[in-house]
Amino acid sequence: MIKQAVVSFICGVVFTLGLTIAGMTQPAKIVGFLDIFGNWDFTLVFVMASAVGVYFISFQSIIKRNKPLVAPKFLIPTRTDLDFRSIFGGILFGLGWGISGLCPGPILSSLGKGTTPIIVVMLFMLIGMFISSRIDQLSNK
Amino acid sequence: MDTIIGNNIIFNAIIGGTLIGLASFCLMLFNGRIAGIAGIVKGALRPEKGNFMWRVTFIMGMILSGVLLERLYPQLYRMEIDRSIWAYAVAGLLIGIGTGLANGCTSGHGVCGVGRLSNRSVTITMSFTLSGIIVVWVINTLLGGRI
Repeated sequence: MIKQAVVSFICGVVFTLGLTIAGMTQPAKIVGFLDIFGNWDFTLVFVMASAVGVYFISFQSIIKRNKPLVAPKFLIPTRTDLDFRSIFGGILFGLGWGISGLCPGPILSSLGKGTTPIIVVMLFMLIGMFISSRIDQLSNK
Repeated sequence: MDTIIGNNIIFNAIIGGTLIGLASFCLMLFNGRIAGIAGIVKGALRPEKGNFMWRVTFIMGMILSGVLLERLYPQLYRMEIDRSIWAYAVAGLLIGIGTGLANGCTSGHGVCGVGRLSNRSVTITMSFTLSGIIVVWVINTLLGGRI
């Protein structure tokens, strides 16, 4: 438990460091990436390509292992179906991503700024997640 | 200066992306967990025994290092897009509900899911990128760049 918590903390620190170096904590860069018909900023393409590339290559070593180093088992999603709910959720998320230039990672990284916009976006994101949890509960009944 | 290492933006993008990939890999290698930020936060909202502390420390690690980096490099944390507080509120709600329904965001689906070559994640990543492109087009073209 303690080991997992320590590993998580370090991963969180490195994750923010990566986002910051990559320039992804600047909403203007995200909006610039989505602005393909205007003044397109392709920085995010290189960020995603290197992150996905590193994960893809290193994931091959995960497949060969029986269990993680400090936890009982790997929890890897097994779903392959495509449902309306997920795609609809993706579309809603994309709208929020484009309006604010923020997604959950950079929201956490930028929270320390403590400015009104970031506090508001964080607060409403938590409300949104709470609502989706309620939808989960209702649809499971 | 908009970069930390040297002054090439693309080089910094690749180093930053590599660190994101490595942090995500380590969370899987050590803890067996997908590094999906939306999922980690959403799970922390409904604490379960034995499945809570790692979420909190991950979130704390992200926030605290952000506090430090923002002090050192404030220019990398500028929010210079023209948005009202209402736009941020609506955006936050859409991000929360959307990632909740889709079971993931840019990290969980975009990095980890696509990195595992999951068709599901590839499709969801395309759906949020497409709707993001459309809403930015609407804001920049029809609304004059502000909302």
